[in-house]
Formats: sequence, C-alpha cells, structure tokens
Amino acid sequence: MTPQAAVQQLVEHLGEGVGESAEFRGEVTMVVGRDKIAAACRFLKEHCGFDMLTDLSGIDNYGEEPRFAVAYHLYSLTHRCPLRLKVLLDEDDALVDSVVGVWSTASWHEREAYDMFGIRFAGHPNLKRILMWEGYPHHPLRKDFPLAGLPADLPATAEEAGRVETANMLGGPYFSGPGQRGTVSREPRQYDTAAEQADKLSSPNKAEPV
Amino acid sequence: MSSVVNTAVDLRAESRDVVVTRLDSAVDWARKNSCWPMPMGLACCAIELMATGASRFDISRFGAEVMRFSPRQSDLMVVAGTCVYKMAGVVKRLWEQMPNPKWCIAMGACASTGGMYRSYAVVQGIDRILPVDVYISGCPPRPEALLEALMALQRQIENEKSIENLRQDQHQPRMGGAPVRGPIVVQG
Amino acid sequence: MATQREMEIIDSAYRAQLALEEELSGDKMLVNMGPSHPSTHGVLRVILELDGEVITDLTTDIGYLHRGDEKIAENMTYTQFIPYTDRLDYLSPLANNVAYAYAVEKLLGVTVPPRCQYIRVICSELARISSHLLGVGAMSIDLGAMSVFLYTFAEREKIYNLCECLSGARFTTSYTRIGGLAHDMPAEFAPMLRQFLDEIPAAIDETDKLLSRNKIFLARTKDIGVLSRADAIDLGTTGPILRASGVDWDIRKVHPYSGYEYFDFEVPVGTVGDCYDRYLVRMEEMRQSVSILRQAIEKLPEGPVNVDDPKIVLPEKKAVLTRMEELIHQFIQVTAGINAPPGEVYFSAENPKGELGFYIVSKGGGTPHRLKIRGPSFVNLQALQKMSVGHMVADLISILGSIDFVMGECDR
Repeated sequence: MTPQAAVQQLVEHLGEGVGESAEFRGEVTMVVGRDKIAAACRFLKEHCGFDMLTDLSGIDNYGEEPRFAVAYHLYSLTHRCPLRLKVLLDEDDALVDSVVGVWSTASWHEREAYDMFGIRFAGHPNLKRILMWEGYPHHPLRKDFPLAGLPADLPATAEEAGRVETANMLGGPYFSGPGQRGTVSREPRQYDTAAEQADKLSSPNKAEPV
Repeated sequence: MSSVVNTAVDLRAESRDVVVTRLDSAVDWARKNSCWPMPMGLACCAIELMATGASRFDISRFGAEVMRFSPRQSDLMVVAGTCVYKMAGVVKRLWEQMPNPKWCIAMGACASTGGMYRSYAVVQGIDRILPVDVYISGCPPRPEALLEALMALQRQIENEKSIENLRQDQHQPRMGGAPVRGPIVVQG
Repeated sequence: MATQREMEIIDSAYRAQLALEEELSGDKMLVNMGPSHPSTHGVLRVILELDGEVITDLTTDIGYLHRGDEKIAENMTYTQFIPYTDRLDYLSPLANNVAYAYAVEKLLGVTVPPRCQYIRVICSELARISSHLLGVGAMSIDLGAMSVFLYTFAEREKIYNLCECLSGARFTTSYTRIGGLAHDMPAEFAPMLRQFLDEIPAAIDETDKLLSRNKIFLARTKDIGVLSRADAIDLGTTGPILRASGVDWDIRKVHPYSGYEYFDFEVPVGTVGDCYDRYLVRMEEMRQSVSILRQAIEKLPEGPVNVDDPKIVLPEKKAVLTRMEELIHQFIQVTAGINAPPGEVYFSAENPKGELGFYIVSKGGGTPHRLKIRGPSFVNLQALQKMSVGHMVADLISILGSIDFVMGECDR
C-alpha cells in the first residue's frame, strides 16, 4: 500500500467530494470535502489499514478563501505508509465533523484546533479549550491575533493575579523582509527613553541604514 | 529624680537593644541557614533546580535541601521556569499560602522578565504578581548561579532585623516608600 | 464466648474491580492534583473522582506551560526558532534540535553530509540516555526509592559535561543548524565520550539491581496501568509506551533518518503494557543507545559537517569579511532567513518520549506560515485516563512516572 494507492482507493470509494491530491518531498496531500472527511477517515482506517492518526492541526490562511484548513496526518503501522488529508473551511462556517469516533486520539488534537483557531468539530464529546483557560476570549493562532496578545481577564479563581496584558515586543520580532523596517531602528538599546523609541518606531525613516 | 528615672530607662533601652541585636543575629542565622525552598518548578529551570539539589552541587550544604512542595512548610519560593497566565493564579495563591517570613527567587530569564517568550500567554516576569528578592539571569542558569543567588539571599537575610521588625509586616512591599531589601541580581 | 467468623480478604485488584462494578457506600469525592505537585513531573493538573481510594474517573487539565511556541515560530526565521526547540522536551534538548533541523532540511530538500549525520546520531542517543535516566530516576523517587534519583542524576551530570564540551551549554544546547551543525565536534569530545561509555553500563546495571527485582517496586508497577495494544494504537501513543504495549515500531528502524540504517541495534518490545514493562523498555533502550554511541564514535567519518550551499549555511567568517558574495549571503540569511520553497512537510523523529513531529507549512520566504509541533507527551497523556481508571491514587503516581511525559512539549 502506497499513499498513491490509498488515494486511488479513496477516490473510488467516495466518488465526488474529493479534491486534488498533491505530492511534495515524497508526501501525498489529498484535499477532501468537509462533509466527506469522517467517511473518508473511516474508510481509510477500516479498509486501507491507516490505524493511527499521528497529528491533526489547524491552519489559518488569512487573506485567502477559504480561510481555515484542517490537516490530518494518517499513518498505517502495517503498511508503514503516511498520508495527509486536508479539509478547507470558510471563516464564517468553520465547522467540520469530528473524527473522534475513528481514532480516540483526535480528541485532544481537535480541542487544540478549537482553542487556537476557533474551528468547531461536530460530534466531539468535550469540545472545550485545552491550552488556554475556559473563558479566554480569543483564538491565539489566528493571523489577526497579535503575537504580543490582547488584554483579557483571568478566570474568576485567579483574580488576584491581575489581568492578561500585552507583552512588550520592543519593536520585535527581529527579522527583516523586503519592505520592513530596518533592524537598526528596532534595536531597543539604542534609545534612552521609551518615548524616544515610540517616536522613532512610528515614523518611517527612509534614509536609515538597514 | 527625673534624671535618675531617665537614666534608668535609657540603660534599660540600651540593654534591650543589646539583647535584641543578639537575638536578631541568632534568628537571622537560623533563618538563613534553613531556607526550605518551595520549588515552583514550572519548566526547564526546574531541571537545573533538581540538579542543584542532587549530589554534584548539593544545595543541602546551604540548608536548603528540604524541598517542601507544601507552601505551608516552606520559606523560599524558587520560581524556576516560565509562568504563563493560566498558571499565574496558582503561583499567586501558593505564594499567599506561604507563612511569613518568606522570600522569593526568580530563577532564570523567564521568571525574571518572561525570557525569550514574548507572547500572548506568558507573564512577562514573575515580579508582576509577587515581590521578588533575587533575580538570576540565565536560560537556564547554572546550578552555581542558583547557589550564588541563595548565598546572596542569605547575606541579605543575615542583615535583616527580624525581631525589630516583628511588629511590622515582615515582608515589606517593594514599592511605596518602605525600605527595599532587594532586588539582588545575579548573573547566571 | 469467642465465635469464629469467616473473613473475606479482599485484595486491591479485586477491590478496584468491585468499585467499578457497584456503588460502594458514600459519595464520590473530587480531588485536585496539581498543577504544583511533586509527582506530576511538571505543571500538570489532574482532577480525580474518587470512591474511597479508587479512581472512578480522571480528567486531565493541561496548558499550564503553554508559551505560544507555534505563534512565535510564525514570527521567527527557521534558524531563530532553534533555541525554542531546546525547550520543548527539556530533558533531551539535543534530540529536539536534531528533529527540527531534519524537518526544515526536508522542506528545503537538502541532505547533510555523513559526518553531520553521525554526530547528530550521537546527539540523539546521548539525549535518549539522559532523558531515560531522569525518567527512571523521577519514577523511582516518586515511588520512594530516593537513592536511584541521586545516582541517575550523577550520571546525567556526566552527560551535561559532554554537552558542555560539544556545544558550550550544559543543557539547552541549540547545537544543530539548518544544513549542519553550529560547529564541528571538538577534539576533546571523543575521548570524553569513550570514557563515559565505559562508565555508564555499570551505572545502568546498578539502577537495574536496585529496582528491577525489588519487591516493593514490582508490587507498585506490575500490572498497574495496563494499556492494551489496540488502545495504544487508537490513542496514538508512541515511543516506549507503544513498544511496551507490544507494538514493534521504532521510527529509527521503520523510516530511518540520519543514517540510522547503518547502525546495528535492537528495539525492546514489551508484552503486558504495564508500568513495569515501560520501565524495562526504557532500561533496555539505554543499553542499546550505549551500543549505538560506541558504533558511532568508532565509525565517525571525516569530512565537512555543513551542507555546501551558501544560501542555507552561513559562509566562513573570513570570506564574509573580505568578499562580496559571501557578505550578501550572510546578510540575507541573518536578516531575512533561509528562503524556503512553498509547500508542506511533516517530519518525525524517534525522540526519547515518543514521536516528535514537525509539520511545516511554508508559503516561501524565511519564516514558516505554520509550524505545528506534534509533541509526543501531548498525545501520550491522553492515555492517562484509560490507564488509571480503576486503580488507586497511589497507582496513579506509578502511572504518571511510567508515562514519562514532559509538559514543555505537551503544552508547547
């Protein structure tokens, strides 16, 4: 059983609702429609021997349509063969069937995808936040959520510890791409006061060395 | 007549000072040599904390081997590792549960300032939620650095006037005019 | 007048079974364990529903060390992220460095030279011994055998000396780079490693003698926390847990990377899947690692350690300071990062805790669009509920020790 053979069998079994398959660096990725993913996973587990779900992750393609994707990494211990399935989801309808019924290990992975991206999984027995606390209002791994974070309240039991505040990035992260500010202006040690730094960072300086 | 009374009072005050000073030294000596740590081992620095407690570096030489995981029985909270906001409430509550006198060492870059984790989930320094006495830099700091920090804390403790301060709240706030005892910064 | 009555002696296993089957008297009690707890090996919180001493349900609460690594990775170049990989499984930083470097190299489509592969094998196996020593040491101190903890930590100090010689840091090494290593192995490393390899088997044997036939240790670990083969696969567990449950699966044998196909070693596989089996698997893996290290240091080939590609590896400093082309390459790599092609890869390595996987989605450029870290402890901890329900609270300590998870890679 090779990934290509598995893809072939899947296409024959599902008929429509299956998208393109791509190959990169020896790995096969297959896009599956979101209403077919549970059936596809069940078929692959029972008939093609993909008995292990290695990983399940969400991806945010901010700016593209559809915005979210969920990547399933399947693995067959008997055939020693991996396969990746992908489901593409729209931003306002980020709902997909849960595969907890196929592999129990999907439980926590799906909770993490919900926690980090806000992707909901229908049929999940316990879809709660797993890495952030219950009641945290944001989904951190979305591209429109800043790395420094946004202010939020801590849970009621931890009120004495204050509030969540944004981290001071000091002009970072420290790498440059084309069109970005130069590293010299972002270097925090250069400034005497925070006000001076804020002033420098806000005004683009065309003549600065990169 | 009154001068005799005044002199008597003064003499008693002096002798009281001598007694108090001697008592202070004794109490401070006892306290500094038996700082029982509450290891708030959160991340990688906890491994170096365990290594300091193990046989090569042997924190037991300094009296701090008894790593009490119960806050009620410990004096020194060593925050070793990154404190994330989800954990912050827990750390704060454990700190409040520790009886006075208590001290805090922020071990490592993450506990001191958030370290290299400038992100949405990390408290940028444990001193945002507790008063810290000693900061140790390093990621993770070598066990020698932790021992140096413990020794620096011991030097600070032996200069505290414990008995004199008995009436006041032992752990003075860091800001707001009260005498500041630290912070001491140790290079790790 | 004395009467004789028959007394029924109920042993713990039978009692546990009774508790599951019928409602014993009294209400169930909710007990919180952690996140600050000596036996939770880090910041793990477990909420136990107890019927007396017997666990009837268990909820795991993680996230107390969630530092936002994956979000940070989207804002860093590939090379800048290497120190963060150290802190994932912080008991075996070298192994994480190696796994990450291979993942990015798979994305770039480069293969490192043989000397680099052998040195990376040395790194991984040293990390494996270090991690298992601590796993066994922590498990035994939780069960009361304090001496073993001190002995294993003494051996780990020798590994720290080796790491310090190799990379400059005892612990968080950041030794690998994309396309090679930070620098070649220093000359004094090989004799140090040989001396260590002469000493470590005695230490492993000493730990073995103290624990493996110890009645108390056996009573606390045999038939405790049994995970069946089917459950282990269904729950996605990997590493010593999967092997102890009877699945002969080791990425180093099945999908060899870093030249592991040229090494001669065995993979220990358990039968029952209890805590004792997991402990035995780790002990034997340490011995196999010693054997691999001996082979690696004897057969270490000469040659360069970095890929000969100036767009991936920083050029030599002399050339950077004197020639234009190298200066440009250095500049672009440091400021903008290595230019990766668009695409996605998943690479997994056999880390001491299990399968550490990196799923990198690249849209071109120097930073990943998405970097998902498949931490083995995150997946292995899901098995905790299956293993513990029906056991007593004291057994939970053995089970936690035998899973040997680390919260750095669980929460990321």
